[in-house]
Amino acid sequence: MRAFTYERPVDMAAALVAIGRPGAKFLAGGTNLLDLMKVDAETPQHIVDVSRLPLDQISEENGGLRIGAMVSNTALAGDQRVREHYPLLARAVLNGASAQLRNQATTGGNLLQRTRCYYFYDPSTPCNKRSPGSGCSALQGYNRIHAILGASDACIAVHPSDMAVAMMVLDAEVEVQAPHSHRRIKIADFHRLPGNTPQNDTNLGAEELITAVILPPPPAGGQVYRKVRDRASYDFALVSVAALVDLDGERIRSARIALGGVAHKPWRALEAEKQLAGVPLSDDAFAAAGEAAVKGAQGHGHNDFKIPLAARTVASALTEAAKQRKA
Amino acid sequence: MTVDIGLTVNGVRHELKVDPRTTLLDLLREQLGLTGTKKGCDHGQCGACTVLVDGVRKNACLNLAASLDERGVVTIEGLGDEHKLHPLQAAFVEHDGFQCGYCTPGQICSAVGMLAELKSGLPSAVTADLKAPAVDMHEDEVRERMSGNICRCAAYPNIVAAILDAGKA
Repeated sequence: MRAFTYERPVDMAAALVAIGRPGAKFLAGGTNLLDLMKVDAETPQHIVDVSRLPLDQISEENGGLRIGAMVSNTALAGDQRVREHYPLLARAVLNGASAQLRNQATTGGNLLQRTRCYYFYDPSTPCNKRSPGSGCSALQGYNRIHAILGASDACIAVHPSDMAVAMMVLDAEVEVQAPHSHRRIKIADFHRLPGNTPQNDTNLGAEELITAVILPPPPAGGQVYRKVRDRASYDFALVSVAALVDLDGERIRSARIALGGVAHKPWRALEAEKQLAGVPLSDDAFAAAGEAAVKGAQGHGHNDFKIPLAARTVASALTEAAKQRKA
Repeated sequence: MTVDIGLTVNGVRHELKVDPRTTLLDLLREQLGLTGTKKGCDHGQCGACTVLVDGVRKNACLNLAASLDERGVVTIEGLGDEHKLHPLQAAFVEHDGFQCGYCTPGQICSAVGMLAELKSGLPSAVTADLKAPAVDMHEDEVRERMSGNICRCAAYPNIVAAILDAGKA
C-alpha cells in the first residue's frame, strides 16, 4: 500500500473540511477501498475515517425508513422493520459478500463500492475507469462478468452491489451533505452509465458525504430478490433481479423490476414494467416482460449468456413475486 | 506519519504507534507476535484472518489498525490454549475439522462470531422466514453463514459437523 496520512474527524463538519485536502478520500467500512489500495487501483494521499460518525441508526420517517450511511450491512438486513416491510432489501443484502464483510461494510460504502472488473483491479492493464484514456481491456478480453446493457466503447464494467438493486426497485433516495449544502439524489440518478467518463461511477460531488438512504413507505405487492451466480454463496451476481408485483384479482396492478450484474449501474426495466401494468396475470406476460427487460442488450462474447439468463431470471422473479401476493 | 492507538488484544491492553497503512492482521502478526491469525489472500476473500472485534467477526486484513483505537480484539490465542480448549477448538479436534490447519484459526473465530449472530436471531440468505425472531441451527444455515471461510483442503463436512456439535451446547 502507498503511504497516506490518516485522520478521524470528531464530527461531520470536520470531516467535510478534511475531505478538501489534496487526494483525500473518505473511509467507512473500508472493505472495498483497502482492497483496492492494496493493488494500487486506488491511491489516496489522505484518509478521512468517517466510520465513527453518528450515522449508524435506522429510524422511521414519513412512513418509510431513514437508514444512516454507517449502518452495517448486517444491521440493515437484521432490522425487524426491514425484514418485515422490505424483505427484498434484506434478501439482497444477505445475498451479498460474506458475514465478516457484511459486519463491516456500510450502507453508504456499499453504494460507492467499485466494479470487480478484473482489468480495473490490475494496474498492469489498460482501463479507462482506473486510468482514463488508456483503453478498455475487457472489450476484447475475458468479459464473462461484464455489462450487456448501457455500456460504451470506453467501459463495459458492471456495478457489483446487490443492495443498490433492491434500493433501485424501492425508489430510494440518497441523502448527501457538502460543506455548505445538502441534497437528496434519487437512486436512479445516483449511479452513472459509463459513456466517455467511466472513471466517474456516480454523480456524487468530490466533497459530498453520503449521510443516509431514505426508503419510501413499503410498496404494496410481493417482493422478490433473485440472484444468479457461479457459487451458491459468497459471490457476485452474474445476473440479479429485484421484482415487485402487485395484483388486483387476476390482473397485474403494477410491477417494478431492477437488474444487477448487467450494467454500470443498477438497471431499472421501465419498459417491461409499463408492459405489465393492468394486464391479466399469465406466464406469457412475465416471459414477455423478461424479453422487454433485455431489449437492446448487447453481449461481448463471453457474457452473451447473460442476455437469455437475465430475461428468464426476470420472468422467474416476477412469477414468484406474484405467487407470494396470491398466497 | 504514525498514529497512536490503544488496543486491547485478548484482554491485554497495548499502547501502540502504527503506520497508517498497517492492517490489524499485520499488527497482530508482525508487531504483537500473535501469529495464530493467518494471512491467506489479504483481500477479504478467504477468511483465514478472521478475528473478533468487540465480539463481532471481521476480516483482520481489511481493517486499518489506526481505525481500531480503543477497540477490543480477540484472536485464536485468546479463545483457549492447549490446557483449556474453547468448546469450538475441542469440537474441531473431535470431528477432525481440518487437514493442513492453515484456515482453522479463522474458521474457529468465525464460528464463534457466527454462533453469536445466530443466537441473536440474525437471518441469513437461506433463512426461510425473515420475520421469525429466532433461527434454527441446521446444516444449511451453518454452510451459508460460514461461506466467508474457505478451506483449500475441503474439510467442510467435518467443519460443519464440529460447529453443529459445539453450537448445541
